[in-house]
Amino acid sequence: MSDTKNNWPLWEVFIRSKQGLGHKHVGSLHASDAEMAIGNARDVYTRRQEGVSIWVVPAESISASSPKDSEALFDPANDKVYRHPTFFVLPDEVNHM
Amino acid sequence: MNKSQHKQALLRLGDDALILGQRLGEWCGHAPALEEDIALTNIALDLIGQTQSYLSLAGSLNKNDTQTDDQLAFHRIERDFQNLLLVEQPNGDFGDTIVRQFLFDYYALFRAEHIASQTFDLDAAAIAAKAIKEIRYHADHSSKWVIRLGDGTDESHSRVQKSLEKLWKFTGEMFTVDEIDIAGAASGLLPDLDSIKTKWDSAINAVLKDATLQRPEDGWMQKGGRFGIHTESFGFLLAEMQSLPRAYPDATW
Repeated sequence: MSDTKNNWPLWEVFIRSKQGLGHKHVGSLHASDAEMAIGNARDVYTRRQEGVSIWVVPAESISASSPKDSEALFDPANDKVYRHPTFFVLPDEVNHM
Repeated sequence: MNKSQHKQALLRLGDDALILGQRLGEWCGHAPALEEDIALTNIALDLIGQTQSYLSLAGSLNKNDTQTDDQLAFHRIERDFQNLLLVEQPNGDFGDTIVRQFLFDYYALFRAEHIASQTFDLDAAAIAAKAIKEIRYHADHSSKWVIRLGDGTDESHSRVQKSLEKLWKFTGEMFTVDEIDIAGAASGLLPDLDSIKTKWDSAINAVLKDATLQRPEDGWMQKGGRFGIHTESFGFLLAEMQSLPRAYPDATW
């Protein structure tokens, strides 16, 4: 969707919940500047105690992988079991990780 | 401060929030942007929450004649409402709404800060303490918008300057001392309005400066809301707000 000069820029919103470790993408909104974007994100995306921290990023700053490249990007990892740390036997003293 | 004055002081707090919340609710579905629609209605809900607390408290003061918050909100007539005239002004355009909010928010904030710290009425103090967090956000929201609109395009600047001049005559009432304010200040429940005015002036002036807006001259100030004399549009507001509970007085959710 192109943003004409009549539309506010689009921002992507990431929220970290109280118990969470990382900010998760929750949606997007329009705002004229970063301050308004944070205020709007607070109003739209944290009404039900969803989070304690907000990140907003202009949508145009985000680069995403293309779906048509998914095979080449992700399939090769499927059958490389040696990359997973599952063969190492932990000593008893640290075996409760 | 006697019981009747105490009740009136609390009614004023509840009525300010109720009528302003009702006005903001009229924006639901009609705001200029989706995000702002949610912002305005969130503010309305915060205010209605404050209303419920203050009106319930007011209604419980006289043990021989208790009233619920719903009874006070939906079954009083115009002459018994004690809200400021400022908060009942029609929504107008977005600038009118934002300026109305801006002028009220800083008054409400400094008033709530006082009430939260007094010990005459601990229930009111608890309500105010919770309200402060909400009002701080409202004041931040409205002042940022005043700055964006004022220091915006030529059109937004002239529209919001006009809103400021249209609403300025309702600001005097916020700081007009009457019998309730005197009794309230003596007991500690209500703040000294002169000191609230000083804080309000300095907060308002700072924002207006950033917004490149001209503070209007103090002229004649409209009064009446605090003693039940309201403007014409108040009748329509009450009719809309009260029509359902009055038509079905026994209805429950």
